[in-house]
Amino acid sequence: MTPTSRTLARGPVWPLFVAVAFAAVALTALVLIENQKLLGAALAITAAVCFCAARFGGVAATEVAASENPWLLRGLLTLASLAVIFVLRDDNFGLLMLATVLIYATICLGLTVQMGYAGLTNFAAAAFAGTGGYTAAMLGQQGGLPDALVLVCGGLVAVFIGSLLILPVLRTRGHYGALTTMAFGVMFNVFLDANDFFGGPQGLKLPGINLFGWDFTNDIHIFGLVLSSYVNYVILTGILTALAMIFVGLLDRSWVGVWFDVVRLDETAASVFGLKIAYWKVLAFTLGNFLAGLMGAVYAKMTGFIAPANFTFGDSLVMVSIVILGGIGNRWGVLPAALIVVLLPEKLQFIQEYRLIFYAVLVIAILTMRPDGLVARRVRKLHTEASA
Amino acid sequence: MTSLSNDVLLESRGLTVRFGGLFALNELNIDVRNGEVLGLIGPNGSGKTTFLNVISGVYSASAGKISLGGIDITREKAHNISSYGLSRTFQRSRLCLSLSVFDNIALGAQRTLNNGLWHNVVQRKAFAAEARKIAEEARELLGVFNTALPDKLFDPAISLGMIDRRRVEICRALIGKPKLVLLDEPSAGMTHDETDQVVDEILGIRKSLGGLTIIIVEHEMGLIERVTDRCVVLNYGKKICEGKFRDVAADPVVREAYLGQA
Repeated sequence: MTPTSRTLARGPVWPLFVAVAFAAVALTALVLIENQKLLGAALAITAAVCFCAARFGGVAATEVAASENPWLLRGLLTLASLAVIFVLRDDNFGLLMLATVLIYATICLGLTVQMGYAGLTNFAAAAFAGTGGYTAAMLGQQGGLPDALVLVCGGLVAVFIGSLLILPVLRTRGHYGALTTMAFGVMFNVFLDANDFFGGPQGLKLPGINLFGWDFTNDIHIFGLVLSSYVNYVILTGILTALAMIFVGLLDRSWVGVWFDVVRLDETAASVFGLKIAYWKVLAFTLGNFLAGLMGAVYAKMTGFIAPANFTFGDSLVMVSIVILGGIGNRWGVLPAALIVVLLPEKLQFIQEYRLIFYAVLVIAILTMRPDGLVARRVRKLHTEASA
Repeated sequence: MTSLSNDVLLESRGLTVRFGGLFALNELNIDVRNGEVLGLIGPNGSGKTTFLNVISGVYSASAGKISLGGIDITREKAHNISSYGLSRTFQRSRLCLSLSVFDNIALGAQRTLNNGLWHNVVQRKAFAAEARKIAEEARELLGVFNTALPDKLFDPAISLGMIDRRRVEICRALIGKPKLVLLDEPSAGMTHDETDQVVDEILGIRKSLGGLTIIIVEHEMGLIERVTDRCVVLNYGKKICEGKFRDVAADPVVREAYLGQA
């Protein structure tokens, strides 16, 4: 399975084209198809193709092609995204789902920095996203602040709340640190439920995004086509996800990424060679919480309404399960994992009632077949940087 | 109590480490001179590794004083001590096995690298220049071992055998150009032949770096005899003997500590 990256021979490029095209078609089909039997068939075919691709080296070939042609990959992904948006242009529900998947994926990129890199288990990701959402709602009530700043403030307030929580987290290790975040996640909910100032259990309403004069409630008219207003959100969340992907990827391929790994793997060796453990954990926590808060604010503005029930401990668990399912520490894994965990329960209406059982069975099934997640993390090789 | 002379790199005075009621180190006075290889020997549980752990900041001293190059480091945290020019290896390998050899060795040079977020994420050219520099230095150091190790720079550490992992650990300890290196049982987990090989290599490195001060903890007396200039023998956390290996090995107190009373 692992790509033979020691052989320097360049692999063929076509697997990259096939993989991106297949992903785009599969994604569009899963969003569009309403007929439950047809959907089941599409799912089965997608699963079978993925399984065969993994089994017969297709995934490995794609990985090699992608790492050898990074700009081609970025171009293809942009094209494929535009194609998907074009096909789904007036499917409001599908577009909303897609944006939600991207929001979850980006929050999980933050979790990847925290858990996958620095080894800081965070069972309160939904609470941090909620912090961002409520910040956006409260700032929206005051008015006056441009939305770009409101979204950034969502991230900053999540960072601030996180900086209070980090003190007890740093004083504990492993499972106990996880318990601390868990307690915070539960507390967050209870606090909001009981507090009328934040709308209590009824929650708060907030207006849509207006970025640099462009109101996101407007449909987009372009080349004689009308795109649903939700396309605005898909484009915004898509850009944010892409930026987060690039940022987390560069972070991983830098000293910061190496030090995060060392802090996770061996605190004693890390500190003997001069790494201040607390600093690196705080940095990872801060970066991850910023992403969670930022995307929480986008989510709140997109749905136009938030309540404590949107950011429960169960949602935090879902986010952790996305990271683990995707392959902990591999930033690409969160995309298919978020798709499975967020989209499928919405689409497979007949299992709605059994949502949690579905997660459990699916996650166990996938992790049994692929113990390291859908896309296992690879060993970092900084040879391109070191030999340029 | 002697005052600091220029000749002494590391000085411990009345150094005591207590774990509950147990004295792991008991009022230990040890001087390590500039440029020497000091062997630290003694039976199991005599406090050798504890001594390395306390001077590298992994444990804190219960009493007494340690100074390195004239600077009091007794209360310094582990992550600050390396900046005074101290580095070490560990008894049980502490490489990050899922990381590449390069990543592991880069850790040893951590305090010479730019850790800023902006530099690492945005100024990629400057970062790549640093990475190239470290890769060059790492290849050079690995090359001292006369093996295929330089070609394995970007292989995961887990793919290496025991002896190569030990070599990588030694390189990690040396790449930051320390003044004092602590080697904790470099022969642990290796065969007799491999141990001989590592001894030769340590001597070779010392020659090529020149002036490096080493404290070496070891059970393998052949190794101690070949590499050390001087030995300190510990028993129950106290220094019981000090001198050239040959004299120390002949000392009846040392023999009694190792073999028990006849």
